Amino acid sequence: MQISYTSQDQVEVYKFSVPVAVLVPLTAIFLQAFLPLHLHFFSIFDLPLLVVIFFAVARRSQVAGLLTGAAIGVLQDALTHHPIGVYGIAKTVVGYGASSIGVKLDVENLGARMLVTLIFYVVHEFVYFLVARGLVGLTLEWSWPHELGSAVANAIVAAILFTLLDRLKLRA
Amino acid sequence: MENLISRYRNVSILAAVLFVQVFGLAVQVKRSTEQQSTRLIRVWTVGAVAPLEKGLTWFQGGVGDVWRSYIYLRGVRQENRDLKYEIERLRLEQVRLSDDAEQARRLQALLGFKQKFISKTVAAQVIGSSGSEQSRSIFIDKGTRQGIEKGMPVITADGVVGRVLNAYSTTAQVLLMNDQTSGVGALLEKSRLQGIVRGTPLGEVVLEKVMSDEQVAAGETVLTSGGDRIFPKGLPIGTITRVSPGPGVFLNIRVHPTANLSKLEEVLVITKQEEQTASLAETGPVRAVDVLAQRLPSVTDKPADDTKKQGAVSGGPQQAAQQQPNKIAPNSAGASVKNSPTQTGPATDTNHGPGATKPITQVSSGAVSSMPQPKPAVAPKPSAPTEDKPQ
Repeated sequence: MQISYTSQDQVEVYKFSVPVAVLVPLTAIFLQAFLPLHLHFFSIFDLPLLVVIFFAVARRSQVAGLLTGAAIGVLQDALTHHPIGVYGIAKTVVGYGASSIGVKLDVENLGARMLVTLIFYVVHEFVYFLVARGLVGLTLEWSWPHELGSAVANAIVAAILFTLLDRLKLRA
Repeated sequence: MENLISRYRNVSILAAVLFVQVFGLAVQVKRSTEQQSTRLIRVWTVGAVAPLEKGLTWFQGGVGDVWRSYIYLRGVRQENRDLKYEIERLRLEQVRLSDDAEQARRLQALLGFKQKFISKTVAAQVIGSSGSEQSRSIFIDKGTRQGIEKGMPVITADGVVGRVLNAYSTTAQVLLMNDQTSGVGALLEKSRLQGIVRGTPLGEVVLEKVMSDEQVAAGETVLTSGGDRIFPKGLPIGTITRVSPGPGVFLNIRVHPTANLSKLEEVLVITKQEEQTASLAETGPVRAVDVLAQRLPSVTDKPADDTKKQGAVSGGPQQAAQQQPNKIAPNSAGASVKNSPTQTGPATDTNHGPGATKPITQVSSGAVSSMPQPKPAVAPKPSAPTEDKPQ
């Protein structure tokens, strides 16, 4: 697994076409809402989160990362019956954090991507847990085995998904 | 100052975006106790996602239908035979139950009993979910245009599913019973204890507010109590799987829902409920002959020659059902009793059975309808339909 420090000039910065930037998050949100109906286990995955991490790491811009995270999170919130902003806040933090990592580290290889996804999945769940309990008043239970299991599952899916999404990247 | 701002530009933007969302969240949470309308962002997102979900569901259903209806027909013949047998069995079962129901209606009428009836439902297909483990809700393909409104109960043939949380023009969001923010007034079938069925953060269903000194056994059925003013009384919710002492003075009771909440495809939304008081007029006049006929196996109409040859008694209930399905109701179902006030003629000889050879005396309808019907004393009740399949 290669995670190396690089200077700002060394890391590649990518951009995405407008259709890709719009359709990929929407598709992720759609699949997240549709697939658990038929594949019940799918609810442990968080495709919108993986998309946030991918865009943030590829663009390597903190502002773009946090705004992408906020937008996707708010849309995801709209499909739940909880107040809008719970996922929004969690994904904003992840978008900012992932893009910050992307600026400093080379996370292009498979192992690094899985590790970053694993860490940010736990961060996401932790922020969600804090906001949902502290602000909204939901009764949630934190279970390390469940969270770590889900994190590993998401990391594996991320490895495949990121490889597919790499084809949509454009050099900035 | 400018340097400072440009240096911390990204962090400032992060703080601003988080602040906006936290502020927005705070506003929503504060307003959630009042009667609030649906957020525009929810309408937009649901409007964008729902057509895709509908399209895919339609396509998936079409492909599945073609496969199941035209290609994969293995075992259909056997299944058809089984279903025919099941129909016959249920018809006979219906005869018995309608008799009991009729009797119950008369009793309710005597007691001035008020009850809510489901008078209208809308069938809907499940097209999506929230996609979150913390929000257990689904989307259905019917909305306000089809008469769906916020708060309406949602069920399946198996039992309670949840209630409509938000209704849009062509879709609606349904909060499932196993979400932690849901609540259904519940009643235990045998012990008649009341409580509240709620979801847990892990998606399980529990029955709350049952005192720890009560006797509750695993396996008992949980029904809706009607006390929540949402669900009509008597719908199945689930079965108790585990009872343990809970915190405080209440029991910790786990319930297994009768409806499979993780694999919902079609649901029924109860769009109209009516409160009625059962009346004596509703039950209608009843003749003794009809009451007795309900308890006797019916005989099919046969040609005169056959009747003479075979005598008065022939065939069992199953045979009657097979040969003359429509005659089951006129001869025996409670509904026919209700709808036949003008039939006051003497008893015909088509209703024979063991011990039914005596002439049946007609009694005044009022006397019969105003008192609970006794269990058969003159004629024995036909044996319940057996589970054996016809060879």
